[in-house]
Amino acid sequence: MHVRVTDREGEQRELEALEGWRLMEIIRDWGLPIKAECGGACACATCHVYVAADWVDKLHPPREEELERLDEAFDVRPNSRLACQILFSPELDGLTVVLAPELD
Amino acid sequence: MTQGVAMTQGMAMTNDNIITTDVVIVGAGPCGLFAVFELGLLDIKAHLVDILPKVGGQCAELYPEKPIYDIPGFPIVTGQGLVDNLVEQIKPFGPTFHLNQMIEALEPIGTADAPRFRVTTDAGTVFETKTVIVAAGGGSFQPKKPPIPGIDAYEGNSVFYAVRKMEAFRGRDILIVGGGDSALDWTLNLQPIARRVTLMHRRDDFRAAPHSVEQMRALVASGQMDMKLGQVTGLKGEGSALQAAICRDNAGETFEIACDTLLPFFGLTMKLGPIADWGLNLNENLIPADTEKFETSTPGIFAIGDINTYPGKLKLILSGFHEAALAAQKVHRYVYPDKRLTFQYTTSSTSLQKKLGVA
Repeated sequence: MHVRVTDREGEQRELEALEGWRLMEIIRDWGLPIKAECGGACACATCHVYVAADWVDKLHPPREEELERLDEAFDVRPNSRLACQILFSPELDGLTVVLAPELD
Repeated sequence: MTQGVAMTQGMAMTNDNIITTDVVIVGAGPCGLFAVFELGLLDIKAHLVDILPKVGGQCAELYPEKPIYDIPGFPIVTGQGLVDNLVEQIKPFGPTFHLNQMIEALEPIGTADAPRFRVTTDAGTVFETKTVIVAAGGGSFQPKKPPIPGIDAYEGNSVFYAVRKMEAFRGRDILIVGGGDSALDWTLNLQPIARRVTLMHRRDDFRAAPHSVEQMRALVASGQMDMKLGQVTGLKGEGSALQAAICRDNAGETFEIACDTLLPFFGLTMKLGPIADWGLNLNENLIPADTEKFETSTPGIFAIGDINTYPGKLKLILSGFHEAALAAQKVHRYVYPDKRLTFQYTTSSTSLQKKLGVA
């Protein structure tokens, strides 16, 4: 299974993904620049990503907690998600996301 | 104030009031709190400094209600529950907390064998201490700065991430951005003295206290302030004088809001802050420490918890507890160079139990 991640410089990487891992953990463990400072507690909004249009409806919709945290992100769009709230499964093989800008 | 725990909240002190102590702990998160316990068993009292207005660090700030499953002896405990228990556990040792303060300067004034440091906070508190334990986790919590192009030029004159003196905003055209308590609180506080306040949030749901949201909506309904849905994408002005914010609504349309002041409230993020200027060796914003005593490259300065790095480091709270215990042993040698240190267990030592107030 793989996930395609475009970094903030526009370079796309194909990362091996493991079932049961959070998308945030996959991106972080492959060394891409994602701060994820709360470690996945949905408390900081520093793992903000944009999900490719054809994948948006295949993900479970964001819960209220995730929407509230997205309030602390910048340039939030309809396809914005927090990577820590996306649990990887075989159905997500090929998921394509772009890293959102990081607040300083 | 709880018994056995003293607190100061950003109180300014003059240099005539230098606090002389054996150890200053930087950070009042779980590792800093547990260091008080390990030091206390060795008759060393601690002063703790934290930038947040409350103790507990990330546990209390980021995930107070989240369950933690890997604390020994607690099959499950919340972030705040762990902090509350640590505060209870260290009460016998009477630590002093200096909250709402950040250590700005650390100056060595001793020798390698007999270290001593002058430590100054941004609230003017000055310590002279034999040792420093850095337990700063991911660094200092500081306001997030939105990556709006050119925003730096306006900071300090037109753009502010915190309100220090309300009077400075009298008569201004203020745009406040955010949907949490900070955004709503400052909207309500500044509305009576500003020329006009506009609150902008990306959606029509607010996570602030419901009473504040109701008050804000009433002010909008009576025409006393404005509320807009959207996000700021750019700024217009001359030099450091802001004239307008360029915004985008949820349909993607661009519009402008005339304003001379922008207050973005996007929550807090962790930054290393002034620790970077203390002359310690750093490795990608982490402080290398040895694994025998968790001392840094500067004798007398220790680093425990998530802020340190060494081969095999695991960023776990329990690692920080272990590191606190070992650091305390070496701190004892600096504080009591002529005293022999005999290791004792709390289960069997009457001396330790007396210190804990249970014997």
